[in-house]
Amino acid sequence: MKKKYGVFDIIGPIMIGPSSSHTAGAAKLAKIARGIAGEEPVEVHFYLHGSFSKTYKGHGTDRALVAGVLGMDPADENLRDSLKMAKAKEMVVSFNEKDLGDVHPNSVRVDMVLKSGEKVSVMGSSIGGGAVEITQIDGEEISFSGNYPTLLITQKDVPGVVANVSKLLYECQVNIAFMSLFRDQKGREAMMIFELDQNIGKEILDQLKVIDCVEHVRFVPLSSNVINYPVV
Amino acid sequence: MNIKNGKELLKRCMEEGITIGEFTLRQEMEESGLSREEIYERMVDNLRVMEFSTSKGVGEKVISVSGLIGGDAYRLGKYLKKGQSVSGNVMVKAMSYALSCSEVNASMGKIVACPTAGACGILPAVIMTMKEEHQVEEEDLIMGLFASAGIGAIIAQNATISGAEGGCQAECGSAAAMAAAAVVEIMGGTPEMCLNAGAIVFKNTLGLVCDPIAGLVEVPCAKRNASGAVSAITAADMVLAGVVSRIPFDDTVAAMYSIGKSMPEALRETGIGGLAGTKTGKKLKKEIFGSKSEKSKNKMNDDTFDEKEETKDS
Repeated sequence: MKKKYGVFDIIGPIMIGPSSSHTAGAAKLAKIARGIAGEEPVEVHFYLHGSFSKTYKGHGTDRALVAGVLGMDPADENLRDSLKMAKAKEMVVSFNEKDLGDVHPNSVRVDMVLKSGEKVSVMGSSIGGGAVEITQIDGEEISFSGNYPTLLITQKDVPGVVANVSKLLYECQVNIAFMSLFRDQKGREAMMIFELDQNIGKEILDQLKVIDCVEHVRFVPLSSNVINYPVV
Repeated sequence: MNIKNGKELLKRCMEEGITIGEFTLRQEMEESGLSREEIYERMVDNLRVMEFSTSKGVGEKVISVSGLIGGDAYRLGKYLKKGQSVSGNVMVKAMSYALSCSEVNASMGKIVACPTAGACGILPAVIMTMKEEHQVEEEDLIMGLFASAGIGAIIAQNATISGAEGGCQAECGSAAAMAAAAVVEIMGGTPEMCLNAGAIVFKNTLGLVCDPIAGLVEVPCAKRNASGAVSAITAADMVLAGVVSRIPFDDTVAAMYSIGKSMPEALRETGIGGLAGTKTGKKLKKEIFGSKSEKSKNKMNDDTFDEKEETKDS
Protein backbone atom coordinates (compact mmCIF):
# COMPACT_ATOMS: atom_id res chain seq x y z
CA MET A 1 0.00 0.00 0.00
CA LYS A 2 1.21 3.47 -0.86
CA LYS A 3 1.99 5.77 2.04
CA LYS A 4 -0.82 8.21 2.77
CA TYR A 5 -0.57 11.24 5.00
CA GLY A 6 -3.30 13.34 6.57
CA VAL A 7 -3.10 16.97 7.65
CA PHE A 8 -2.16 16.13 11.22
CA ASP A 9 0.53 13.66 10.26
CA ILE A 10 2.27 16.65 8.70
CA ILE A 11 1.41 19.45 11.15
CA GLY A 12 1.65 17.44 14.33
CA PRO A 13 1.82 15.67 16.57
CA ILE A 14 2.06 18.07 19.45
CA MET A 15 4.84 16.36 21.31
CA ILE A 16 7.70 16.48 23.76
CA GLY A 17 11.02 16.96 21.94
CA PRO A 18 13.54 16.47 20.69
CA SER A 19 12.84 14.16 17.72
CA SER A 20 9.55 13.23 16.05
CA SER A 21 10.90 9.95 14.75
CA HIS A 22 13.22 9.13 17.67
CA THR A 23 11.09 10.47 20.54
CA ALA A 24 7.41 10.86 19.54
CA GLY A 25 7.38 7.94 17.08
CA ALA A 26 9.20 5.74 19.58
CA ALA A 27 6.66 6.54 22.29
CA LYS A 28 3.75 5.85 19.95
CA LEU A 29 5.27 2.58 18.79
CA ALA A 30 5.90 1.34 22.31
CA LYS A 31 2.42 2.36 23.41
CA ILE A 32 0.96 0.27 20.59
CA ALA A 33 3.22 -2.63 21.64
CA ARG A 34 1.82 -2.39 25.14
CA GLY A 35 -1.67 -2.27 23.65
CA ILE A 36 -0.97 -5.49 21.76
CA ALA A 37 0.35 -7.11 24.94
CA GLY A 38 -2.90 -6.06 26.60
CA GLU A 39 -1.31 -5.13 29.91
CA GLU A 40 1.77 -3.54 31.39
CA PRO A 41 4.70 -5.98 31.09
CA VAL A 42 6.93 -6.79 34.03
CA GLU A 43 9.93 -7.09 31.75
CA VAL A 44 10.71 -5.30 28.50
CA HIS A 45 13.72 -5.66 26.22
CA PHE A 46 14.24 -3.24 23.35
CA TYR A 47 16.27 -4.31 20.30
CA LEU A 48 17.29 -1.16 18.43
CA HIS A 49 18.21 -1.13 14.76
CA GLY A 50 20.01 1.37 12.49
CA SER A 51 19.71 5.02 13.43
CA PHE A 52 17.77 4.02 16.55
CA SER A 53 20.70 1.99 17.80
CA LYS A 54 23.24 4.73 17.11
CA THR A 55 21.49 7.71 18.64
CA TYR A 56 18.85 6.50 21.03
CA LYS A 57 20.27 8.09 24.15
CA GLY A 58 20.73 11.56 22.72
CA HIS A 59 17.21 11.69 21.35
CA GLY A 60 15.64 10.36 24.50
CA THR A 61 14.48 7.32 22.51
CA ASP A 62 15.06 5.20 25.60
CA ARG A 63 12.86 7.43 27.76
CA ALA A 64 10.22 7.60 25.00
CA LEU A 65 10.08 3.82 24.51
CA VAL A 66 9.71 3.17 28.21
CA ALA A 67 7.12 5.96 28.47
CA GLY A 68 5.12 4.27 25.72
CA VAL A 69 5.25 0.90 27.45
CA LEU A 70 4.03 2.67 30.60
CA GLY A 71 1.08 3.92 28.54
CA MET A 72 2.13 7.53 28.01
CA ASP A 73 1.39 9.54 24.88
CA PRO A 74 4.08 11.43 22.93
CA ALA A 75 2.85 14.77 24.36
CA ASP A 76 2.96 13.60 28.00
CA GLU A 77 5.08 15.99 30.05
CA ASN A 78 6.16 13.08 32.28
CA LEU A 79 7.87 11.38 29.34
CA ARG A 80 11.31 12.56 30.38
CA ASP A 81 10.97 10.85 33.78
CA SER A 82 9.85 7.47 32.43
CA LEU A 83 13.04 5.57 33.28
CA LYS A 84 12.69 6.56 36.93
CA MET A 85 9.01 5.62 36.88
CA ALA A 86 9.75 2.17 35.44
CA LYS A 87 12.40 1.64 38.09
CA ALA A 88 9.96 2.59 40.84
CA LYS A 89 7.60 -0.07 39.46
CA GLU A 90 10.49 -2.57 39.41
CA MET A 91 10.00 -3.14 35.71
CA VAL A 92 13.01 -4.89 34.15
CA VAL A 93 14.19 -2.82 31.17
CA SER A 94 17.07 -3.39 28.75
CA PHE A 95 18.31 -1.68 25.58
CA ASN A 96 20.24 -3.68 23.00
CA GLU A 97 21.72 -2.80 19.62
CA LYS A 98 20.71 -5.33 16.99
CA ASP A 99 20.65 -5.68 13.22
CA LEU A 100 17.01 -6.50 12.55
CA GLY A 101 17.60 -7.14 8.86
CA ASP A 102 16.27 -5.29 5.83
CA VAL A 103 14.01 -2.89 7.69
CA HIS A 104 13.53 0.89 8.01
CA PRO A 105 16.53 2.60 9.69
CA ASN A 106 14.41 3.58 12.69
CA SER A 107 13.19 0.20 13.79
CA VAL A 108 12.85 -1.50 17.14
CA ARG A 109 11.69 -4.87 18.42
CA VAL A 110 9.95 -4.77 21.75
CA ASP A 111 10.09 -8.08 23.62
CA MET A 112 7.77 -8.07 26.60
CA VAL A 113 7.22 -10.54 29.41
CA LEU A 114 3.86 -10.32 31.14
CA LYS A 115 3.01 -11.09 34.75
CA SER A 116 1.73 -14.54 33.74
CA GLY A 117 5.07 -15.32 32.07
CA GLU A 118 3.54 -14.98 28.60
CA LYS A 119 5.90 -13.42 26.06
CA VAL A 120 4.82 -10.91 23.43
CA SER A 121 7.13 -9.54 20.76
CA VAL A 122 6.26 -6.53 18.60
CA MET A 123 8.44 -5.00 15.92
CA GLY A 124 7.87 -1.69 14.19
CA SER A 125 9.38 1.32 12.50
CA SER A 126 9.17 5.02 13.13
CA ILE A 127 8.72 6.22 9.57
CA GLY A 128 9.00 9.97 10.07
CA GLY A 129 7.12 12.85 11.64
CA GLY A 130 5.93 10.68 14.53
CA ALA A 131 4.11 8.21 12.27
CA VAL A 132 4.79 4.50 12.78
CA GLU A 133 4.26 1.15 11.15
CA ILE A 134 3.94 -2.07 13.12
CA THR A 135 5.67 -4.75 11.04
CA GLN A 136 5.78 -7.93 13.14
CA ILE A 137 3.93 -9.52 16.00
CA ASP A 138 5.50 -12.62 17.58
CA GLY A 139 7.63 -13.07 14.48
CA GLU A 140 4.70 -12.93 12.05
CA GLU A 141 5.01 -10.25 9.38
CA ILE A 142 2.03 -7.92 9.37
CA SER A 143 1.44 -4.23 8.77
CA PHE A 144 -0.67 -1.51 10.36
CA SER A 145 -0.28 2.13 11.29
CA GLY A 146 -1.86 2.48 14.72
CA ASN A 147 -3.79 5.48 13.41
CA TYR A 148 -7.07 3.64 13.91
CA PRO A 149 -8.47 1.46 16.66
CA THR A 150 -7.04 -1.88 15.55
CA LEU A 151 -8.41 -5.38 15.99
CA LEU A 152 -5.93 -8.26 15.63
CA ILE A 153 -7.28 -11.76 15.30
CA THR A 154 -5.23 -14.93 15.12
CA GLN A 155 -7.16 -17.80 13.56
CA LYS A 156 -6.90 -21.19 11.91
CA ASP A 157 -6.49 -20.64 8.17
CA VAL A 158 -9.80 -22.22 7.15
CA PRO A 159 -12.71 -20.87 5.08
CA GLY A 160 -15.40 -18.81 6.77
CA VAL A 161 -13.57 -17.15 9.65
CA VAL A 162 -13.20 -13.82 7.90
CA ALA A 163 -16.87 -13.87 6.98
CA ASN A 164 -17.97 -14.71 10.53
CA VAL A 165 -15.84 -11.98 12.06
CA SER A 166 -16.95 -9.32 9.60
CA LYS A 167 -20.56 -10.41 10.01
CA LEU A 168 -20.32 -9.89 13.77
CA LEU A 169 -18.71 -6.48 13.28
CA TYR A 170 -21.50 -5.59 10.89
CA GLU A 171 -24.15 -6.69 13.36
CA CYS A 172 -22.54 -4.54 16.01
CA GLN A 173 -22.52 -1.56 13.64
CA VAL A 174 -18.72 -1.36 13.61
CA ASN A 175 -17.33 0.12 10.44
CA ILE A 176 -14.09 -1.29 9.03
CA ALA A 177 -11.72 1.31 7.57
CA PHE A 178 -9.06 -1.15 6.35
CA MET A 179 -8.69 -4.89 6.53
CA SER A 180 -5.78 -7.16 5.76
CA LEU A 181 -5.05 -10.84 6.09
CA PHE A 182 -1.63 -12.40 6.64
CA ARG A 183 -0.59 -16.02 6.72
CA ASP A 184 2.59 -18.02 6.76
CA GLN A 185 1.50 -21.24 5.21
CA LYS A 186 -1.79 -22.48 3.79
CA GLY A 187 -3.99 -24.21 6.33
CA ARG A 188 -1.90 -23.20 9.35
CA GLU A 189 -2.34 -20.02 11.29
CA ALA A 190 -3.40 -16.67 9.86
CA MET A 191 -3.78 -13.18 11.22
CA MET A 192 -6.51 -10.71 10.35
CA ILE A 193 -6.07 -7.04 11.01
CA PHE A 194 -9.05 -4.71 11.08
CA GLU A 195 -8.49 -0.98 11.33
CA LEU A 196 -11.80 0.38 12.59
CA ASP A 197 -13.65 3.66 12.64
CA GLN A 198 -14.49 3.30 16.31
CA ASN A 199 -13.19 1.78 19.50
CA ILE A 200 -14.91 -1.43 20.53
CA GLY A 201 -15.77 -2.62 24.02
CA LYS A 202 -15.25 -5.85 25.95
CA GLU A 203 -18.64 -7.22 24.97
CA ILE A 204 -17.81 -7.37 21.28
CA LEU A 205 -14.34 -8.72 21.98
CA ASP A 206 -15.83 -11.55 24.05
CA GLN A 207 -18.16 -12.45 21.18
CA LEU A 208 -15.26 -12.45 18.74
CA LYS A 209 -13.27 -14.84 20.95
CA VAL A 210 -15.89 -17.59 20.72
CA ILE A 211 -16.15 -17.57 16.93
CA ASP A 212 -15.12 -20.95 15.52
CA CYS A 213 -11.40 -21.27 14.71
CA VAL A 214 -10.56 -17.88 16.25
CA GLU A 215 -7.57 -18.49 18.49
CA HIS A 216 -6.58 -15.13 19.84
CA VAL A 217 -8.20 -11.69 19.87
CA ARG A 218 -6.30 -8.53 20.62
CA PHE A 219 -7.52 -4.99 20.44
CA VAL A 220 -5.40 -1.84 20.36
CA PRO A 221 -7.59 1.15 21.15
CA LEU A 222 -6.66 4.39 19.51
CA SER A 223 -3.99 5.94 21.66
CA SER A 224 -2.76 9.43 22.02
CA ASN A 225 -3.65 12.86 20.99
CA VAL A 226 -5.79 12.07 18.02
CA ILE A 227 -9.50 12.18 17.58
CA ASN A 228 -11.68 10.67 20.28
CA TYR A 229 -13.37 7.70 18.70
CA PRO A 230 -16.74 6.62 20.02
CA VAL A 231 -16.87 3.24 21.77
CA VAL A 232 -19.36 0.69 20.49
CA MET B 1 -4.27 13.16 0.81
CA ASN B 2 -6.07 11.47 -2.00
CA ILE B 3 -4.07 13.12 -4.75
CA LYS B 4 -0.91 12.02 -6.46
CA ASN B 5 1.24 15.10 -6.75
CA GLY B 6 1.53 18.85 -7.10
CA LYS B 7 0.30 18.77 -10.65
CA GLU B 8 -2.94 17.09 -9.65
CA LEU B 9 -3.28 19.43 -6.66
CA LEU B 10 -3.02 22.40 -8.97
CA LYS B 11 -5.56 20.97 -11.37
CA ARG B 12 -8.08 20.27 -8.62
CA CYS B 13 -7.63 23.71 -7.02
CA MET B 14 -8.13 25.42 -10.38
CA GLU B 15 -11.16 23.31 -11.30
CA GLU B 16 -12.81 24.05 -7.98
CA GLY B 17 -11.56 27.62 -7.82
CA ILE B 18 -10.15 27.24 -4.32
CA THR B 19 -6.85 27.71 -2.50
CA ILE B 20 -4.50 24.88 -1.52
CA GLY B 21 -5.45 25.47 2.12
CA GLU B 22 -9.15 25.11 1.40
CA PHE B 23 -8.55 22.04 -0.76
CA THR B 24 -6.46 20.39 1.95
CA LEU B 25 -9.06 21.10 4.62
CA ARG B 26 -11.82 19.60 2.44
CA GLN B 27 -9.68 16.53 1.74
CA GLU B 28 -9.19 16.02 5.46
CA MET B 29 -12.95 16.28 6.05
CA GLU B 30 -13.53 13.67 3.38
CA GLU B 31 -10.89 11.27 4.67
CA SER B 32 -11.50 11.59 8.41
CA GLY B 33 -15.27 12.00 8.34
CA LEU B 34 -14.89 14.85 10.82
CA SER B 35 -16.59 18.21 10.52
CA ARG B 36 -14.90 21.33 9.23
CA GLU B 37 -15.08 22.85 12.73
CA GLU B 38 -13.45 19.83 14.42
CA ILE B 39 -10.56 19.85 11.98
CA TYR B 40 -10.21 23.62 12.13
CA GLU B 41 -10.11 23.56 15.94
CA ARG B 42 -7.40 20.94 15.91
CA MET B 43 -5.28 23.24 13.78
CA VAL B 44 -5.97 26.05 16.26
CA ASP B 45 -4.55 23.76 18.98
CA ASN B 46 -1.40 23.43 16.88
CA LEU B 47 -1.20 27.20 16.44
CA ARG B 48 -1.42 27.69 20.23
CA VAL B 49 1.56 25.38 20.79
CA MET B 50 3.41 27.24 18.01
CA GLU B 51 2.76 30.55 19.80
CA PHE B 52 4.29 29.05 22.93
CA SER B 53 7.31 27.46 21.29
CA THR B 54 8.21 30.52 19.18
CA SER B 55 8.05 32.94 22.10
CA LYS B 56 9.46 30.96 25.01
CA GLY B 57 13.09 31.06 23.92
CA VAL B 58 12.92 34.75 23.02
CA GLY B 59 11.57 35.75 26.42
CA GLU B 60 14.03 33.69 28.43
CA LYS B 61 17.21 31.73 27.81
CA VAL B 62 16.17 28.15 27.08
CA ILE B 63 19.05 25.69 27.36
CA SER B 64 19.01 22.18 25.86
CA VAL B 65 19.23 19.05 28.02
CA SER B 66 22.81 18.43 26.86
CA GLY B 67 23.80 22.07 27.25
CA LEU B 68 25.04 22.16 23.67
CA ILE B 69 22.67 24.91 22.54
CA GLY B 70 20.54 27.58 24.16
CA GLY B 71 20.03 31.30 24.58
CA ASP B 72 20.42 32.17 20.89
CA ALA B 73 16.74 33.03 20.38
CA TYR B 74 17.03 35.32 23.38
CA ARG B 75 20.13 36.97 21.89
CA LEU B 76 18.38 37.62 18.58
CA GLY B 77 15.35 38.98 20.39
CA LYS B 78 17.50 41.54 22.18
CA TYR B 79 19.31 42.35 18.94
CA LEU B 80 15.99 42.94 17.21
CA LYS B 81 14.99 45.49 19.80
CA LYS B 82 18.05 47.58 19.00
CA GLY B 83 16.64 48.05 15.50
CA GLN B 84 20.01 47.97 13.78
CA SER B 85 19.92 44.60 12.07
CA VAL B 86 21.28 44.08 8.59
CA SER B 87 18.48 41.91 7.23
CA GLY B 88 15.55 43.76 8.82
CA ASN B 89 12.84 43.00 11.35
CA VAL B 90 11.09 40.25 9.42
CA MET B 91 14.21 38.18 8.98
CA VAL B 92 15.59 38.66 12.49
CA LYS B 93 12.24 37.92 14.07
CA ALA B 94 11.76 34.80 11.96
CA MET B 95 15.22 33.58 12.90
CA SER B 96 14.66 34.24 16.61
CA TYR B 97 11.35 32.36 16.53
CA ALA B 98 12.83 29.41 14.67
CA LEU B 99 15.70 29.20 17.15
CA SER B 100 13.25 29.41 20.04
CA CYS B 101 11.31 26.37 18.82
CA SER B 102 14.48 24.37 18.33
CA GLU B 103 15.71 25.29 21.80
CA VAL B 104 12.38 24.37 23.40
CA ASN B 105 12.46 21.08 21.50
CA ALA B 106 16.00 20.27 22.62
CA SER B 107 15.08 20.98 26.23
CA MET B 108 12.38 18.28 25.97
CA GLY B 109 9.66 20.92 25.92
CA LYS B 110 6.40 20.96 23.99
CA ILE B 111 6.43 21.65 20.25
CA VAL B 112 4.46 20.80 17.12
CA ALA B 113 6.31 18.52 14.73
CA CYS B 114 5.91 20.22 11.34
CA PRO B 115 6.67 18.08 9.55
CA THR B 116 9.17 16.76 12.11
CA ALA B 117 10.54 17.87 15.46
CA GLY B 118 13.98 18.45 13.98
CA ALA B 119 12.44 21.03 11.65
CA CYS B 120 9.83 22.27 14.14
CA GLY B 121 10.95 25.91 14.08
CA ILE B 122 10.55 26.85 10.45
CA LEU B 123 6.81 26.90 9.83
CA PRO B 124 5.84 28.36 13.24
CA ALA B 125 8.52 31.05 12.90
CA VAL B 126 7.29 32.10 9.49
CA ILE B 127 3.60 31.99 10.49
CA MET B 128 4.09 34.00 13.70
CA THR B 129 6.28 36.52 11.88
CA MET B 130 3.54 36.97 9.27
CA LYS B 131 1.04 37.55 12.05
CA GLU B 132 3.08 40.22 13.75
CA GLU B 133 4.90 41.93 10.91
CA HIS B 134 2.08 41.77 8.35
CA GLN B 135 -0.90 41.88 10.72
CA VAL B 136 -2.39 38.68 9.30
CA GLU B 137 -5.68 37.55 10.91
CA GLU B 138 -5.76 34.24 12.76
CA GLU B 139 -8.13 32.65 10.24
CA ASP B 140 -5.71 33.37 7.41
CA LEU B 141 -2.83 31.95 9.46
CA ILE B 142 -4.81 28.76 10.03
CA MET B 143 -5.64 28.42 6.33
CA GLY B 144 -1.95 29.00 5.61
CA LEU B 145 -1.16 26.09 7.91
CA PHE B 146 -3.61 23.91 5.98
CA ALA B 147 -1.91 24.91 2.73
CA SER B 148 1.47 23.96 4.14
CA ALA B 149 0.03 20.63 5.33
CA GLY B 150 -1.18 19.90 1.81
CA ILE B 151 2.27 20.58 0.41
CA GLY B 152 3.88 18.51 3.15
CA ALA B 153 1.57 15.56 2.50
CA ILE B 154 2.53 15.54 -1.17
CA ILE B 155 6.21 15.58 -0.24
CA ALA B 156 5.76 12.78 2.29
CA GLN B 157 3.71 10.66 -0.12
CA ASN B 158 6.14 11.01 -3.01
CA ALA B 159 9.45 11.24 -1.17
CA THR B 160 10.20 11.32 2.56
CA ILE B 161 10.18 13.77 5.46
CA SER B 162 12.55 11.70 7.58
CA GLY B 163 16.16 12.77 8.07
CA ALA B 164 17.16 9.16 8.60
CA GLU B 165 15.85 8.39 5.13
CA GLY B 166 16.60 11.57 3.16
CA GLY B 167 18.90 13.82 5.16
CA CYS B 168 18.19 17.37 6.36
CA GLN B 169 16.82 18.37 2.95
CA ALA B 170 13.89 16.05 3.72
CA GLU B 171 13.20 17.69 7.07
CA CYS B 172 14.28 21.36 6.99
CA GLY B 173 13.94 21.48 3.19
CA SER B 174 10.39 20.17 3.34
CA ALA B 175 9.47 22.45 6.24
CA ALA B 176 10.78 25.49 4.39
CA ALA B 177 8.95 24.50 1.20
CA MET B 178 5.75 24.14 3.23
CA ALA B 179 6.29 27.50 4.93
CA ALA B 180 7.05 29.27 1.64
CA ALA B 181 3.79 27.99 0.16
CA ALA B 182 1.91 29.17 3.26
CA VAL B 183 3.36 32.68 2.96
CA VAL B 184 2.47 32.92 -0.72
CA GLU B 185 -1.09 31.81 -0.05
CA ILE B 186 -1.47 34.19 2.89
CA MET B 187 -0.25 37.06 0.69
CA GLY B 188 -2.87 36.22 -1.91
CA GLY B 189 -0.76 34.23 -4.36
CA THR B 190 -2.27 31.53 -6.58
CA PRO B 191 -1.87 27.78 -5.95
CA GLU B 192 0.60 27.71 -8.82
CA MET B 193 2.69 30.39 -7.13
CA CYS B 194 2.62 28.39 -3.89
CA LEU B 195 4.11 25.38 -5.69
CA ASN B 196 6.70 27.59 -7.34
CA ALA B 197 7.80 28.85 -3.93
CA GLY B 198 8.12 25.28 -2.68
CA ALA B 199 10.14 24.35 -5.75
CA ILE B 200 12.53 27.26 -5.26
CA VAL B 201 13.10 26.29 -1.62
CA PHE B 202 13.95 22.73 -2.62
CA LYS B 203 16.34 23.95 -5.27
CA ASN B 204 18.14 25.88 -2.53
CA THR B 205 18.20 23.10 0.04
CA LEU B 206 18.86 20.00 -2.07
CA GLY B 207 21.75 17.90 -0.87
CA LEU B 208 21.62 19.10 2.71
CA VAL B 209 22.79 16.20 4.87
CA CYS B 210 21.65 15.28 8.37
CA ASP B 211 24.80 15.32 10.48
CA PRO B 212 23.88 16.22 14.05
CA ILE B 213 26.65 16.43 16.64
CA ALA B 214 26.39 13.47 19.02
CA GLY B 215 23.20 12.53 17.20
CA LEU B 216 21.32 15.27 19.05
CA VAL B 217 18.73 17.52 17.41
CA GLU B 218 20.76 20.60 18.34
CA VAL B 219 23.88 21.36 16.27
CA PRO B 220 23.48 22.24 13.42
CA CYS B 221 19.68 21.75 13.54
CA ALA B 222 18.73 24.92 15.41
CA LYS B 223 20.57 27.21 13.00
CA ARG B 224 19.28 25.26 10.02
CA ASN B 225 15.80 26.03 11.28
CA ALA B 226 16.68 29.73 11.33
CA SER B 227 18.10 29.43 7.84
CA GLY B 228 15.06 27.46 6.64
CA ALA B 229 12.72 30.21 7.82
CA VAL B 230 14.79 32.76 5.93
CA SER B 231 14.83 30.56 2.84
CA ALA B 232 11.03 30.24 2.95
CA ILE B 233 10.51 33.99 3.17
CA THR B 234 12.96 34.80 0.39
CA ALA B 235 11.44 32.18 -1.94
CA ALA B 236 7.98 33.59 -1.22
CA ASP B 237 9.15 37.10 -2.06
CA MET B 238 10.72 35.93 -5.32
CA VAL B 239 7.50 34.23 -6.37
CA LEU B 240 5.30 37.15 -5.31
CA ALA B 241 7.50 39.33 -7.52
CA GLY B 242 6.64 37.05 -10.45
CA VAL B 243 9.67 34.76 -10.47
CA VAL B 244 8.90 31.23 -11.71
CA SER B 245 10.81 28.01 -11.00
CA ARG B 246 12.04 26.43 -14.23
CA ILE B 247 11.97 23.04 -12.56
CA PRO B 248 8.42 22.25 -11.43
CA PHE B 249 7.64 21.37 -7.81
CA ASP B 250 7.07 17.64 -8.41
CA ASP B 251 10.46 17.31 -10.06
CA THR B 252 12.21 19.04 -7.18
CA VAL B 253 10.51 16.59 -4.78
CA ALA B 254 11.68 13.68 -6.93
CA ALA B 255 15.21 15.10 -6.97
CA MET B 256 15.17 15.48 -3.19
CA TYR B 257 14.11 11.84 -2.81
CA SER B 258 16.68 10.45 -5.20
CA ILE B 259 19.47 12.50 -3.60
CA GLY B 260 18.31 11.35 -0.17
CA LYS B 261 18.38 7.71 -1.19
CA SER B 262 21.92 8.01 -2.51
CA MET B 263 23.24 9.59 0.69
CA PRO B 264 25.45 7.28 2.75
CA GLU B 265 24.01 6.22 6.08
CA ALA B 266 26.69 8.25 7.87
CA LEU B 267 24.97 11.40 6.60
CA ARG B 268 21.44 10.37 7.49
CA GLU B 269 20.82 11.15 11.14
CA THR B 270 23.29 8.65 12.51
CA GLY B 271 25.50 11.30 14.10
CA ILE B 272 28.55 9.86 12.38
CA GLY B 273 29.46 11.81 9.24
CA GLY B 274 29.61 15.47 8.23
CA LEU B 275 29.84 17.95 11.09
CA ALA B 276 29.35 15.11 13.59
CA GLY B 277 32.46 13.40 12.22
CA THR B 278 34.72 16.42 12.55
CA LYS B 279 37.31 16.71 15.31
CA THR B 280 35.19 19.22 17.17
CA GLY B 281 32.04 17.21 16.58
CA LYS B 282 33.61 14.13 18.12
CA LYS B 283 35.09 16.09 20.99
CA LEU B 284 31.69 17.55 21.84
CA LYS B 285 30.15 14.10 21.71
CA LYS B 286 32.75 12.85 24.17
CA GLU B 287 32.08 15.75 26.49
CA ILE B 288 28.35 15.02 26.45
CA PHE B 289 28.35 11.24 26.71
CA GLY B 290 31.64 10.65 28.50
CA SER B 291 34.69 9.03 26.97
CA LYS B 292 33.24 5.53 26.49
CA SER B 293 33.34 4.86 22.77
CA GLU B 294 30.62 2.90 21.04
CA LYS B 295 32.76 2.52 17.99
CA SER B 296 33.54 -1.16 18.31
CA LYS B 297 29.87 -2.01 18.11
CA ASN B 298 29.27 -0.07 14.92
CA LYS B 299 29.39 -1.64 11.52
CA MET B 300 32.24 -0.83 9.13
CA ASN B 301 30.28 1.06 6.50
CA ASP B 302 28.78 3.36 9.08
CA ASP B 303 32.18 4.30 10.35
CA THR B 304 33.70 5.61 7.15
CA PHE B 305 34.16 9.08 8.53
CA ASP B 306 35.40 7.98 11.92
CA GLU B 307 37.99 5.75 10.38
CA LYS B 308 39.41 8.47 8.18
CA GLU B 309 39.84 10.61 11.24
CA GLU B 310 41.38 7.74 13.15
CA THR B 311 44.02 7.17 10.49
CA LYS B 312 44.94 10.82 10.54
CA ASP B 313 45.19 10.86 14.30
CA SER B 314 47.41 7.83 14.52
